[in-house]
Amino acid sequence: MTKQVQQLDRVIIRFAGDSGDGMQLTGDRFTQETASFGNDLSTLPNFPAEIRAPQGTLPGVSSFQVHFADHDILTPGDSPDVLVAMNPAALKANLSDVKKGATVIVDSHDFTSRNLSRAGYAENPLEDDTLAEYDVHAFELTDMTVEAVKEFGLSRKDSSRAKNMFALGLLSWMYGRPTDSTVTFLERRFAKAPDIRDANVTAFKAGWYFGETTEAFAVSYEIKPAPMAPGTYRNITGNLALAYGLIAGSTQSGLPLFLGSYPITPASDILHELSKHKRFGITTFQAEDEIAGVGAALGASFGGSLGVTTTSGPGLALKAETIGLGVMMELPLLVVDVQRGGPSTGLPTKTEQADLLQAMFGRNGESPVPVVAPRSPADCFDAALEAARIAVTYRTPVLLLSDGMLANGSEPWHIPEVADLPMIDPAFATEPNHTVESGKSAGERDFWPYLRDEETLARPWAVPGTKGLEHRIGGLEKGAGHGNISYDPANHDLMVRTRAAKVERIARDIPPLEVDDPLDEDGRGADILVLGWGSTYGPIGAAVRQVRSSGHPVAQAHLRHLNPFPADLGAVLRSYDTVMVPEMNLGQLSMLLRAKYLVDVIGYNHVRGLPLRAAELAEAITKEITR
Amino acid sequence: MTELLPLPGLRHVPAADAPQNRKEFTSDQEVRWCPGCGDYAVLAAVQGFLPELGLKRENIVFVSGIGCSSRFPYYLDTYGMHSIHGRAPAIATGLATTREDLSVWVVTGDGDALSIGGNHLIHALRRNVNMTILLFNNRIYGLTKGQYSPTSEPGKVTKSTPMGSLDNPFNPVSLALGAEGTFVARTVDSDRKHLTSVLSAAAAHRGTSLVEIYQNCPIFNDGAFDAIKDNESRSEAIIPLAHGEPIRFGRDRQLGVVRDRFTGGVRIEENPSDADVLVHDAHAADPTTAFALSRLTDSGVLAHAAIGIFRQVEASTYDDQARDQIATARAGTTDTRTALAGLLASGDTWDVV
Ligand code: SF4
Repeated sequence: MTKQVQQLDRVIIRFAGDSGDGMQLTGDRFTQETASFGNDLSTLPNFPAEIRAPQGTLPGVSSFQVHFADHDILTPGDSPDVLVAMNPAALKANLSDVKKGATVIVDSHDFTSRNLSRAGYAENPLEDDTLAEYDVHAFELTDMTVEAVKEFGLSRKDSSRAKNMFALGLLSWMYGRPTDSTVTFLERRFAKAPDIRDANVTAFKAGWYFGETTEAFAVSYEIKPAPMAPGTYRNITGNLALAYGLIAGSTQSGLPLFLGSYPITPASDILHELSKHKRFGITTFQAEDEIAGVGAALGASFGGSLGVTTTSGPGLALKAETIGLGVMMELPLLVVDVQRGGPSTGLPTKTEQADLLQAMFGRNGESPVPVVAPRSPADCFDAALEAARIAVTYRTPVLLLSDGMLANGSEPWHIPEVADLPMIDPAFATEPNHTVESGKSAGERDFWPYLRDEETLARPWAVPGTKGLEHRIGGLEKGAGHGNISYDPANHDLMVRTRAAKVERIARDIPPLEVDDPLDEDGRGADILVLGWGSTYGPIGAAVRQVRSSGHPVAQAHLRHLNPFPADLGAVLRSYDTVMVPEMNLGQLSMLLRAKYLVDVIGYNHVRGLPLRAAELAEAITKEITR
Repeated sequence: MTELLPLPGLRHVPAADAPQNRKEFTSDQEVRWCPGCGDYAVLAAVQGFLPELGLKRENIVFVSGIGCSSRFPYYLDTYGMHSIHGRAPAIATGLATTREDLSVWVVTGDGDALSIGGNHLIHALRRNVNMTILLFNNRIYGLTKGQYSPTSEPGKVTKSTPMGSLDNPFNPVSLALGAEGTFVARTVDSDRKHLTSVLSAAAAHRGTSLVEIYQNCPIFNDGAFDAIKDNESRSEAIIPLAHGEPIRFGRDRQLGVVRDRFTGGVRIEENPSDADVLVHDAHAADPTTAFALSRLTDSGVLAHAAIGIFRQVEASTYDDQARDQIATARAGTTDTRTALAGLLASGDTWDVV
C-alpha cells in the first residue's frame, strides 16, 4: 500500500516519557536525522534535576521538543503539533502545552490503574473525553517492541527498553526522515552488547514498518529542506559550541587553555568536552570547589595561559572574590556562567537570565567586568571567541553569560573556516618599559607593571620566566604605573576611574548595534523597538515576525555586549517612541538601560524556567503598538 | 644552553647563569612587619638561601594569601602574587600545573591556610602538586589584631574570646599527614640553620612540600614558643627528628621516643634502652608512625614539639601527570589550527551547495 504524502512547511514534535525512557536520546536522534535532511531546526530538551525521579510520576517526566521547517526558524516552538507520550505522567505533564487538534501518540501499555493514579488521573484519559479535541493514536508500543525483538532472547525488561527506538522509527516514517545515521549510531553505541544493539536496531526498523503498514495513519508528511547558505553544516548544542569557541580562543591566540572548574548543572558538559581535547594543549582541572576552579585559572593566566572557569549562578557567587582579584591584577580570565533558575539552588535544569546584575555588580568595590552573551546555541562559538579576545586584549576577567536553554538546545551551525577566524595577539611584555628618573639607578631601564597602553589602557602582561621583568602584583591597590602598593587617596581615585575607563574603551572596537527596522529604508523608522540579549533572541525574533506579518512595523535589536554597551546604544534607544525589553528575569537589562540612558523602557518579563513564548510576546508587542 | 638542576623538585627549572647574592633577591620595598616579628628571620633565611639554590630568579614565583606573613612576596625580587585570603594553594596549583619551568612557593599563615583556606590546603596535599608551602604558624591572628586562630590553645583569651576560646586547635603537621602529604616538616623561625636545611629539602622534593614554621608574634602572642626557644628548656622541649637517627633528646639525651604497645602510637620515655628507641624513618611509605610522632606536640600551651622532617616520600605528582596526559594526547598534532578545523567539522555534517 502506498500512502499519500502531504507537504508541510514546519512541524513541532515533543517526545515525552519517564526520565528512564531515553527521551533525550530519542529526541537527539530525530534531530540528527532532521539536520542531515537539511531542515532548519531548533530544539528544547527539558528534564528533571533528579537523575531518576520516581518512575511514572509527574516530576520524573523528561521531554525533548524539536521544531523543524523548510524555512529559517528561530525557536523550538511554543506548542507541539505532535506529542509522543510514553506513559500517563508524560501525557498529563505535557498536554496543556499541545495545540487543540494536534496529534497525540500514546503508548497505552502503562495506562494501568496504578500508573494512572500515580500520574494523578482518576479516570483513564484514553477512555473518557479528556482527549476529545486531539487526534489520538494509542498503541501498545511496548508490547509491539517486545514482540519485535523477542528473537534476541532479552528479558522482558530489557526488550521493553527499546520502545523509545520503536517510537523513533514510527515518527521517522511519518516525517520521512533518513534512517541510516540512527542505525550507524546504534551500532556504534551498543557495539559491546550485540543483543542490545540488535534489539534497538530491530525496534527502530519495526517502528518504521509499523507506520508504513498500519491503517491508523493514512498519510505521511514531507517537509522540504530549508534554503541555507552554501557550506558545511552540523547540528550543535550551545555547550558544545561554547567549548569549541574556547578552544578557538586558544588556537587563535596561541595561548594554552587552562580550565579550572567544579561540576555544576548545566555547565558541566563544557568541562567534559574540553577534557577530551588535550591534544590542543588544554589542561582541565576538576577543582575541589568553585573558588579553587577560578583561582587555579587565574594562577594559570598569571603564568601565561588563557585561564577559563565554567559554572552556573551559585558557582559564580562563590567565585566573586577571585574575579575581583583578577580585576585588580588586570589579568585575562574567562568566566563562563551557564545561567539557570535561581536564587540559591533554584531550578538547576531550567533556564533563566537572572545573573546579569550578578555578573555586572556581584563583587565588592568598583569592580567593572566586561559581559558578553551569546544569542543562540551556535552563536556560543562566536561569543566565546569574542570573550577571549576582550580578556586577552584588555587584560581583564570577562563574563560570558550563556543559559540552560542555549546550553542544551541545538540548531544547525554553518561551520566557519578557521582561516576566517580573528587572531588574538597576547602581546606579552618582553622588555623593560620605563626609565628610572632619579636616585642612584637614574637612567636605568626597569619594568612598571601598571604602565598602560594609551589606546586600550591595558597594562603589560609579563609572565614569570621573563628576565628583568620580575614584579609583584596582588589584591591591594596599586600605584599608577609602578604598581607598588599604594594607599594614597588620589591614586585610588585615579585607579578606580582608570579601571572603569579601560572597560569603557572596549566599546571602541564593538560594532554599532544592528537594528532590523522594516521602515528604515524610507527613513521613518518604526515606532517601537524590541531589544533583547542572550537566548531570548529566538522568541523575540519569532514574535517580531508574527507582529510584522499582521501588518504592524516593529524594529528588533539584540545585544551581544552587555558591558560595555555598543557606543551608539543610547542614540538608538532615543530614536524610538517605545522600547520594549523582553527578558527571562524581572527586568535586569531594563534596569541597566534606564540607569544609564534615562530611557523609560518597558519590560516584558517571565521567569518560568522556560523560554519566552513567541505568541504571547507577539501579543504583548501588538498591544503596545495599538495602545 | 640553560642548565637544569638535578634536584627532583626543580628538575625543569633553569639554573642561573652566574652565582647570585642575597641583594639581587631583595626587592626595593620597605619591610613593614612589627619590630621583633619572627617573619623577619624567615625572610632573611629565604633571601640567604634562594641564591644558593642557583635558580634563575625570573623562574621563581612566590604566591601568598592574606595575613601578616602573606606580605612576604613583596620583599623578594622574584615574580610574586599577593592573592586573596586562603586561596594561594589553588592559584599556585594552576600556575605550577601549566609551568613546569617555575619554582613555585606558597607563603601562608595559620589563619590563611587552616581556617579560610583549609579546603585548598588539604586538596593541594592530596594532589601532590609540585610546590613548596611555607605555613607561618604564630597561633594567633595578627593582621586583624589579635583574635584566636585555628592553632591557638583551647581557652585562649582574646578580643573575640574574652571568656576563652572553645574550639580544639589543628595540629598542622597531623593535618598534612592525614591528607597524605608527601613532604611534611616543622621548623622554627629563630633557628636559621635548621630552617635553611628544611627549606632546602622541601625545595628539592618533587610534589607538595608543607613546612610549618613556628613563628613568634611579639605583639599578640609573644612567647608562644618559648619552651622550645629558651636555652634552659629547649633541650627537653624539642623532639628532634632526623632521618635514620634514634629519636633521643634531653640535656643528657636521657629522653627517647619509644613505641607504645597499648595505643599503637609512640610516647616519650625516660632512660629507654637503645633497642627500644625509635629510629626515625622519614621515608616510610606508610604515614602512620609519622602521624604518631606529630601527636607528641602539645595542642595546648606548648611544652613539647617534634621538629624536623616527619615525612619525605616519592610519589607521582598531579602536575607531572597532567602534562604527561597532554603530551600523550598531543603526539602527532603539529598545527593546532589545522586540528581545530578538523574538530569543528567532526560529527554528523552535511553540505549545502
Ligand atoms: S602582628 Fe605579629 S605576626 Fe603580624 S607583623 Fe606584627 S609581630 Fe608579626
